[in-house]
Amino acid sequence: MFKYLIPLIVFFGLVILFIFGLNNDPRLVPSPFIDKPLPQFALPVLGQPEAIAGVEDFKGEVSLLNIWATWCIPCRQEHPLLVNLANNKDINIVGLNYKDNEIEALKWLDDLGNPYDLVLSDVKGTTGIDLGVYGVPETFVLDKNGIVKYKHVGPLTEEIINDIILPIVEELNQI
Amino acid sequence: MKLIALLFSFIFLSSVYAVDIPMEFEEPEKQEQYQILLEELRCLVCQNQSLADSNADLAQDLRIQVFNMVEEGQEKEVIIDYLVARYGDFVLYNPRLNPVTVLLWFGPFLLLIFSLFMAYRLINRSKVEDVSITQEDRARAVEILKNTNNQENNT
Repeated sequence: MFKYLIPLIVFFGLVILFIFGLNNDPRLVPSPFIDKPLPQFALPVLGQPEAIAGVEDFKGEVSLLNIWATWCIPCRQEHPLLVNLANNKDINIVGLNYKDNEIEALKWLDDLGNPYDLVLSDVKGTTGIDLGVYGVPETFVLDKNGIVKYKHVGPLTEEIINDIILPIVEELNQI
Repeated sequence: MKLIALLFSFIFLSSVYAVDIPMEFEEPEKQEQYQILLEELRCLVCQNQSLADSNADLAQDLRIQVFNMVEEGQEKEVIIDYLVARYGDFVLYNPRLNPVTVLLWFGPFLLLIFSLFMAYRLINRSKVEDVSITQEDRARAVEILKNTNNQENNT
């Protein structure tokens, strides 16, 4: 009897494997920084080249670190969601303007709204490399000690914010 | 003939390196090390290309980074560690052996052993087993066969 069940078992095994494969996006590379401190960096604040900020500046509260650029089309798509998030939730949102033109970046924030508590400017993209950035926009969730808890690659969506990011932020706020 | 030449030129076009800024070392060993590194490192944007092949902006930045590190005389391992620390094992075309990649390295061998085992079982099963039979049983069998033959002949 068991002998006849084997093909059925193999079949369902394959189905499970394929469903798993379909739901996995190969473009998403797991970040090696999860549960590790964000690497040290020091960058000028956008629009204020003499002011330098770094990891230390957003310790003490749960933060989102959002990497964006004006040349990045999906960033335009996620920007209203960030503005909405900044208006409705008490989260420290730090922006990292990646390989961008400062004037255009400031204009973007003027036109579309500024959800960021602080925007850093990484003109050469070297900090981007240190953070393992490979596809803007990217968003890190950091706990109060600056430890990376989650990273999202690609534009944020309402589902991702509500179902993944906010629960993590709430959990981290309680610690 | 011209068509064939044209087709061939397309084949070779694809293997032209995407390095748009010439990166020349004075020492040939460094040049060689640089080329080897670029072949072994994966571009994260267009994942099926190495850093050497990729035209992506990030690949260009990483090439410059690798170039500078080679120029400074950094060891190959140091440069690879630098990139793995930032982008994870995924940047390696030649993945290291660690708990995550164990299945990747040994999975095919496990599969081979398993299929050999299954094949062995399957082949063995189809062999007819030796059946010992007593003299009386054999006589009975002959008798039965005779009877059935007779019946078939009659019908």
